[in-house]
This record gives sequence, structure tokens and C-alpha cells, in this order.
Amino acid sequence: MSLTGSTSGGRRAWLSSRSGVLKGGRLLISLAVTLLGLLLITFLIGRVMPIDPVLAVVGERATKEVYDATRASMGLDDPLIVQFLNYIGEVLTGNFGNSLLTSRPVIDDIARVFPATLELASVATLFGVFIGIPAGVIAAVNAGRWPDHLVRLLGLFGYSMPVFWLGLMGLMIFYGKLDWVAGPGRLDIFFDDVVPQVTGVILIDSLLAGNTEVFANALSHIILPASVLGYYSLAYISRMTRSFMLEQLAQEYVTTARVKGLSEWMVIWRHALGNVMVPLITVIALSYANLLEGSVLTEIVFAWPGIGFYITNALLSADMNAVLGGTVMVGIVFVGLNLLSDLLYRVFDPRAR
Amino acid sequence: MTKFTSAFAAGMLAAVAMTSTAALAATPKDTLVIATSIDDIVSLDPAEAFEFSGGDLLQNTYDHLVEFDPKNLSAGYQPGLATSWTVSEDGKTFTLKMREGVKFQSGNPFTAADAEFTLRRAVLLQKTPSFILTQFGFNKDNVNETIKATDASTLVIVTDKKYAQSFVLNCLSATIGSIVDKKTALEHEKDGDFGYEWLKTNTAGTGAYSLKAWKPNESYVLEANESYWRAKPAMKRVFVRHISESASQRLLLEKGDIDVARNLSPEDIAAVSSNADIKVAEDLRGRIMYMALNQKKAPLNDPKVIEAFKWAVDYKGMTDTILKGQYTVHQAFLPLTYLGELKDKPYKLDIAKAKALLAEAGHASDLAVKINHRNDPQTMAIAQAIQGTLTQAGVKVELTAMTGKQSLGEYRAREHDIYLGAWGPDYPDPHTNADTFAHNPNNTDEAKLTGKLAWRNAWDIPQMSKATEAAVEEAETAKRAEMYRAIQAEHQKTSPFVMLFQKIEQTGVRKGVEGLVTGSAISSVYYWTVTK
Amino acid sequence: MTDHAISHGRRSALFAWLTSETPSSRMQARCVQWFLGWLGLARNPLAMLGLAIVVTLILAAIFAPLLAPHDPLAQDLGRRLLPPGTDGNLLGTDELGRDILSRLLYGARITLYVVALVVFTAPVAGLIVGTVAGYAGGWVDVVLMRMTDVFLAFPRLVLALAFVAALGPGIGNAVLAIALTSWPPYARIARAETLTIRNSDFIAAIRLQGASPLRIVIGHVMPLCVSSVIVRVTLDMAGIILTAAGLGFLGLGAQPPLPEWGAMISTGRLFILDQWWVAAMPGLAIFIVSLGFNLLGDGLRDALDPRSGR
Repeated sequence: MSLTGSTSGGRRAWLSSRSGVLKGGRLLISLAVTLLGLLLITFLIGRVMPIDPVLAVVGERATKEVYDATRASMGLDDPLIVQFLNYIGEVLTGNFGNSLLTSRPVIDDIARVFPATLELASVATLFGVFIGIPAGVIAAVNAGRWPDHLVRLLGLFGYSMPVFWLGLMGLMIFYGKLDWVAGPGRLDIFFDDVVPQVTGVILIDSLLAGNTEVFANALSHIILPASVLGYYSLAYISRMTRSFMLEQLAQEYVTTARVKGLSEWMVIWRHALGNVMVPLITVIALSYANLLEGSVLTEIVFAWPGIGFYITNALLSADMNAVLGGTVMVGIVFVGLNLLSDLLYRVFDPRAR
Repeated sequence: MTKFTSAFAAGMLAAVAMTSTAALAATPKDTLVIATSIDDIVSLDPAEAFEFSGGDLLQNTYDHLVEFDPKNLSAGYQPGLATSWTVSEDGKTFTLKMREGVKFQSGNPFTAADAEFTLRRAVLLQKTPSFILTQFGFNKDNVNETIKATDASTLVIVTDKKYAQSFVLNCLSATIGSIVDKKTALEHEKDGDFGYEWLKTNTAGTGAYSLKAWKPNESYVLEANESYWRAKPAMKRVFVRHISESASQRLLLEKGDIDVARNLSPEDIAAVSSNADIKVAEDLRGRIMYMALNQKKAPLNDPKVIEAFKWAVDYKGMTDTILKGQYTVHQAFLPLTYLGELKDKPYKLDIAKAKALLAEAGHASDLAVKINHRNDPQTMAIAQAIQGTLTQAGVKVELTAMTGKQSLGEYRAREHDIYLGAWGPDYPDPHTNADTFAHNPNNTDEAKLTGKLAWRNAWDIPQMSKATEAAVEEAETAKRAEMYRAIQAEHQKTSPFVMLFQKIEQTGVRKGVEGLVTGSAISSVYYWTVTK
Repeated sequence: MTDHAISHGRRSALFAWLTSETPSSRMQARCVQWFLGWLGLARNPLAMLGLAIVVTLILAAIFAPLLAPHDPLAQDLGRRLLPPGTDGNLLGTDELGRDILSRLLYGARITLYVVALVVFTAPVAGLIVGTVAGYAGGWVDVVLMRMTDVFLAFPRLVLALAFVAALGPGIGNAVLAIALTSWPPYARIARAETLTIRNSDFIAAIRLQGASPLRIVIGHVMPLCVSSVIVRVTLDMAGIILTAAGLGFLGLGAQPPLPEWGAMISTGRLFILDQWWVAAMPGLAIFIVSLGFNLLGDGLRDALDPRSGR
């Protein structure tokens, strides 16, 4: 749950301690090794689980014959290393096997649930960006005065709130009591499958189909979980904006601009903020990656059919293929976003060169 | 930047306003919307489906050779796709006449060949529920002789020995007896799998509905079969949405977004009861809660210790509070309404008696046990309540909440101390529960009779096993019932099973929705009887 | 500074020693550094509030048996789901008629236990991995950091979830899973620090004196990394509490009837509409305690870590 973000801080320190920009080839190799390690860890976790994967298929009342036949057909009698190599081979061809829970290929399931998470995380990030950045700027401009303390305190609140609890309380108040927003799930039951799936992101699909009713319903469903989840990125983004802005406001050009008679508004919102946009973008990419984590519990509270919901359900039902596939997928996206943020940082930040 | 912020905020406010006015919409007249828990559906193939929700779905998409009349469930099995049957002199050969003029949803006509195909493939595919059929001696070597369509309208079934006629026919009414469209299934056959891969996610039956969409763990949608042979279903579409939370189900029901909520907690039932737009229907189901003591773990095999446990449970306290309205105290292994039901309830909470028994057994205060149980909220509450009273009796209890799949491994390997769980009958015949609770012909570890609870708890009962075998062969119904009552009375006294409760399903239904049948102890839910 | 000197007049000798600008020993230098940090911290009211919360948590945990009005496990099915303010149950009762206040107080012990265990394992492991990698360099560095990378490639909660699923639910395994997933950032920090220290003159001097690499790492490198690791640990404590509560919420942490806060929210979820307090109270407890750690950590960072832009 830690969004304090030194994951990236450490990484950045490590990266920048090397001289120069990373060479492409080397980067690819290190990425491949990371992914291999990722596969190995998930694979091992899958194998030591106390949940018997065969039982997960055959259920409580299976006879010994049924059990043995199923076990053999699942390839569980092979030695571990063979199973692992088989697994890597399959994964490389994009085959994560079939999910036991859904009886469908895991890759199809992931394709189905991932857009839901993407949608949630994106709206949450928008929330964090559009509130967090102005809040951070205001805090920096008023450094040491009450608005600064307020923003800081609100940010700390965000880091301290259990997301599942905040979600529950939000649901109880805004859905249960006040009836301002729609409840759990992505859409009301009736709006299911009304608009054709194009991107899998309902907010976009409904607009493409020109169906404002579905759009409004989807928006009403997403507001609460997205703001709960977005609170965390809001806290992180406002904090980073504040410290970047403080640095900028102390620079000479700001003083010069002021002396020249530029309005305070222009100095702060145009010049200073314009200069911190680049590092901010890397921060946003990072907070986006971190939302993947927060989304597990949020999705469970809001019955949001995304990847976190999928993995947790699979985990609890010993649906190994789904767990491995889902975790690897999250890992890849996570690595990708972290990498992207590092690259952005190196490309745009003069000091890192 | 601030312009964006205010635009964003305005957009959100607008959305909020829009939805709060839309909240009072009711569901369409010809559509039934149900909220329930459907995450247990693993497969839709009748040869494999074995979970509660899968049974519900298949009940409405398929028919059986013999089935129940939803309007009179207590009448027992009735003609279904078979209109009549005769049994040979020796009781082993069943000849069933098929109903004429019935069509599958595909348009293919139903014939005896489909029935033959269905039963044979269930035996050959060897999936978990296959024992329901193979217990009659069918196997892959003999199915071609023992299950045979002699012409388009006649199916002949030959069992390996004589069984009570009701036992055989009851088994045909189980989910595994859902008649599959042979032609459609074979069109989708892959590597000789009898269409298994395809039928796992699709349906091909004669039932009142066909499956339009199924999103695992999310929802399924059924569409009416306009040419259903029994009646034209009033509900053209049935939406079943997976919502496991009682609180969410209740809110949706109160707002009229759904017609039926099937998993309301006692607290939420109490809350909706006062709502004029909602009524609560009650239906006694077949599910039994029990606690089992592993006889491999001394001193849990001491008869005095076993009896002490039976006195150390606050049966009534639980059904009056945490389980209010949702379970009834029941202390025998056959569900009420089953042939041979036993209504005696000899045990109640008596801490003093439990203490005395434990002291007699020499374990006044040194007994420490682990109870494994499922991690659903209701079971967890029951486990903690039992822990509370056992502690008072001087037993130290450690609880381990596990997912169903986790707890099963240990249970089947006979490694648990105590297991607290539920058992639902597999088919509407007393043998289903007798076979698991009171039949253990071979108590060795090697026997691996993992489907039987008596074996899992290492309860060695040669005598009672014989009695159970005799009961299933008894042709005379009254005598058969008497035999089961005798077995249960003995079981109640000596078994290491503390039988606790039988499930009552409480369903929250919007006013105006009539005719929903949830299936009682013997069947699953029916949608085609619903009107509104 | 002078104001303090006057108000602490009676201890002025010690104070002078602690604030000396020309420390005479390394020990004194370190003490001075810490003391100045403490003075900085003491000037920050929010940090002091955080400290007060944390101290209260510790006291509540220690004295739970004295403070709790009831046995946290004692059930009374006749008095279930009573609202806050009911006679004898200040914060109400839960679904089995247990006193929520008593459960919260005892739950503080579990929370503290989890935090303490994680804090004494993960950072130590991270410190060792990081300093060794940083000091040794070469392939040792590559292998260790690659391992760290792999662990960092997962969102923490997802990995912890998978670990607990593999190890089985329970408080001990939850701690293990959290520790297993939280050491990598410390390794990163420690390595970065080590890299800057490694080439410094004084390490070179020690090396020339013939000290073994092991001794240099343990005796000279690690102590210098400790302060930045400690700041990070304090900031992470809230995260640890939240992760533990999340695991408890999913039923993978402490098992019933233990009064673990996350698990309590999970049961309270069933009664959220009419008996909101069953879920609200433990959530509030988690929030306040995490906030305490965050306020303290924030203050500590400002006081101890001059590089954090304040």
C-alpha cells in the first residue's frame, strides 16, 4: 500500500549511479531476466500452495479413480523442472492454459477483466492529477502556512486510510444512505451488454455507441471506487508537486520574472508549473503503476470485475493457471510502467543525463 | 488547470444528479432479475456440473427422464421426458418410454438415442458426479449393453443387482440425468470428448430456457424457449447477477433494481420484512450442517468425549440469533422431508453434562482440538459460537478458516481433528446421505473411499454399513423408511458426527413476483413457473 | 537553540555535550546528530501528535487486560449488535455479542506484534543485501540486485497475497509474507548509500589498515546506512499496518476469534447498513494508528534527512 514511492526513488538512485543512458540491449536482457524471475516465483508459489489443484477441479465427492485420471491429465506427475519449462514454453506462445473457475483460456479472461482495471485506474489517476497538482502548487506557494499544512495533512490521511474501509464507508453513505451514486459493479444489470464491446472500457464504448444513458450509468458506478482509489495517487501527486514546485520557486528566473512585473498567476501556473511538468509525468506514471496494487482491495469491496478481483478469486479457489497468468500480467504491466517512468525521466530531465 | 478541475467536478455532479433520478426504475414486466452467488459454477456440462448454482442453471435449461413437479414437489418424481416405465420381475431391468413431440432448443427432435447418449457419456467421461450412475454397476466396458435405446422411443437400463425402484429413478432426476442433445453435442465434439469442452460453457437441452450469455463470476442470461413442451415461460429473459454481499443484494432489492435476492443475512431479512414492496419466502432445503470428529485422533474416538461434544453446542442459541430464520435445529443425517426422516432432537446445550462426560473420560481440562471450517461468514460465526461453548466446557479450541478447496485436502487425507461443514444431498433419495454418513465398508487408508464422510472420519462401522446396504435394496417403501429411521437413531447416539442444522432458504422477492420455486430439499430453482 | 539551552538549564552539561559542534568521539558525534534530530522533531507539533498516538498504541497494547472492560472473546448471543453507547459497551458489540472496545484494545497487541516483527526482519535483511551488494560490486551486486528487481516487479499486496495463499492463512504467515515483500526497497536504499560511502577516504583508510571486507561492511558501512533506513522504516510502518489489515480483511491474516482489526472490518461488512459501527470502529482504529506512524515518520524525515526538500 506504500505509495510513498521510494521504490522508484531507490531505483532511480541506482540507475543514475551508473554513467550515461542505459544501453538498449542491456536493458532488454535485464528485463528478460526480471520477467523470468517473475515467472519462477509465481510458478513456485503455485506449486507449494496447500490447495490441491486436482481437488479444485474434481470437487469434494470425486472417487479415487476420477482423481487419479484428472491428476495425470493435468501433467502434475511430471518433475517440477519439466513442469516449469513446459510452463515457460506455453507462456511464450501467449498460452496461460485454461482457468478452472471459468473453463476458458486465462488469456481470454485477462483480456476481458483487464480493461475494467484499466478504466478504474485511469479515472482514479485523473482524479489524482486534477486535484493533486493544483493542491500541490497551492501548498508550495503557501509553504509553511495553513494551506500547506492542510494539503500535507490531507495527503497523510490518504496514506493512512485502509482503502477497503474507506470504500465500505463510502458505499454505505453515498450509495446506501444518500443514494447519490450507483452501487457495486461496473453497470446496472440492465445495461450489461447493451453497447457493443470495442475497447472493453465502458466509458469509451458507450460514447462510441452514442449511448449517453449507459455512459451516465457507468460514470455513476465508477465515481466512488475511482475517488477512493484516486485518493492515494492524489496524496502522492500533491506531495511530489509541492516539492518540485518549491525547488522551482526558489530559482532565479522566478525572481527575475516577478521583477519584470509578470503577474503572480503567470509566474506560478505558467512558468514554474510548466517547468515541473516533465518530472511530474514520471510521477504520474509511477502512481499509475501503484494503483494496480491498491486496486486489488478496492475491486473486492466494489465487486469491480477487474484483474485484482480475478486474481483474488482465483487464488482462493486454487485456480493456479489464472493466478499465475494474472500475476505475471500484473507484473509485466508494473515493470513496464516503472520502466516507462525511468525512461521519461532520463529523456526529459537534464540532470539525469 | 483550475478550469479543468471545475469542468471535471461539474461533470461528476451532473452524473450524480442523473443517476439519483434513475434509481427508482423497476425491472421490465417480462424479465426476471435475480441476485445470488454464482461463483461456484465451474462447468455447465451435465456430466460434470455438481455445484448449487450450476444445478440451478441446468435445471432450467435441461429436462430429465423423470423429474419433479415444481407446483407439487412433495409428490416425488413424476414423468418427465420419459412418460412411463416398467421394471422387470428381478428388479434389474428398467424400460422407459420416451415422450413424443419434444424438441431441443436447437430444433432437433428428442428421441431415446439422446437419453442413451447422455447416460453413456456421463459414465464414460468419468467426471465427479459419475458415481451417481456408476453405483448401479455401469462402467465403460458394459455401457453399450446396460444403457440402450432399443428403438426411437424406448430406453432400457439394466442394473447389476436389485435396488429400490425409487432409488434408481431418483438418481435419474439428478443433474447428471439432464438429457443432452446428441446431435448438437457431437457437432462440437473434439478428440472423442462427446462435446465436453463445448458443453462446459454452452447448453443443449430441451429445458424452458436456453443460455444466452455466461460471464463466469459475473452473470448469466437465459432466454425463454418459446416451444417448451410443458408451458410457455412467462419470463422471456432471466438475468442472474453474481452478488455475494447480502447488504448489496438488499439495497438492489429495496431500490427495485432486482426482483429476487437469494442470499440475504438474517439482519437484512429482518430489515426488508418491514418493507411493503418486498416479501420473504422460506423454503426448507436439503443442506445439513454438521461437525465431525476424526476417529484417528485420540481421544476424539472416546464415546464419552464424542457425547460431550454433542452436549456442548448451543443449537437453539444459534438458530435464535446468528442463524435466525436460516437454519433449523436438526440432529439426524437425512434432511427433513426425505423418506425416512427422523425428527428427534435429543441434544441441547448442557455444559455441566459435557463437563461431567469429559471428566469421566479423563479429559476434564486438557483437551485441545483444532476445528477446520469454511471461511464464509455464516460458518465462521457458527464456528466461533461453538468454540465459545466448548471453551466453557473446558475444551481448548483453535479455529482454522479455510477456503473450501483448502480444507478439503486435509479432510480427504483424514488429517483433520474436527471438521465443521455442510453436506448437500446429491440426488433426492435417502441413500445419498446414508451412503456418506453411515456407510464405510473398508476403513483402511488404502481404500481411499474419499467420497464418504464416514471414511474420512475413520469411523469403522461394519454393522451399520450392512444395514445401509440392506436399506437401499428394500423394495417396500414403508419398510425402507423404517430401516433408515433405525440407522439414524443409532447414528445419533454413537456416531462421531454432531449433526447441527438444516438449511432454510430465505428469499427476498419484490411484490408482484409470483411462483418462484427454489426447489426445497430435493431439487433446484425453477424460473419458468414465475409470473409478475 | 539558546532558548532550549536556558529551559534545559539543569541538564546543561549534558546538553552542551549533546549539542557540541566539535564532538570528541564518533559516539558523541552520533549522539549529537540524533539529539539535534530530536530537537527538530520536538518543534513539529504534528510529529509530536504522531508520537503521542504511537505511544498510546503501545500503552494500550501493554495494558489491554487492565483497560478492557470485557474479555475480548467472551460471547453473549443475547447482546449482539448493540449500538455504541450502550451501557457497558462503549463502542457497541459485534455479531457474537463481544465488546468492540475490548476487542480493539487487544487488537492493538496484534497490530504491534505484526509491525514489530516486520520491522525487525525486513529492514535488516534489506540492509545486509544492499550493503553487501554495494560493497562487493561485480557479479555479487548483479545477482543480488536482479533478485531485488524481481521482487520489486510485483505490486506488494499481490505478492503477499500469493505468499499467504501458499503458506496458509495465519498471523505468522502474514508477517512472513509482508516481510518477504518489503525488504527490497531497503536493499535499494542501503546499496545506494553504500556506493557513496565505499569510495570515501575514511573507508579507504580503514582498508589500508587491513580490515577485512566483512568487518568494514558490518562495522563501518552498515551504521552509516542505518539512519536513512530508519526514516524509511517509520514511513513504511503505516504501510505494513495497512497491508496486514488488508490480508486480515481477505481472511488470510489472523484467524477468528482473534480480534485483528482487518478481520473485524471483514465481518462488520455484513452489517454495514444497519450496524455500521461493527466495521467503522476497527477501521477508525487502523486509520488513527497509521496516521500516527505517518505523522511521526514525516516529522522524522524532515528532522533526520536533510535532503528531503523541505
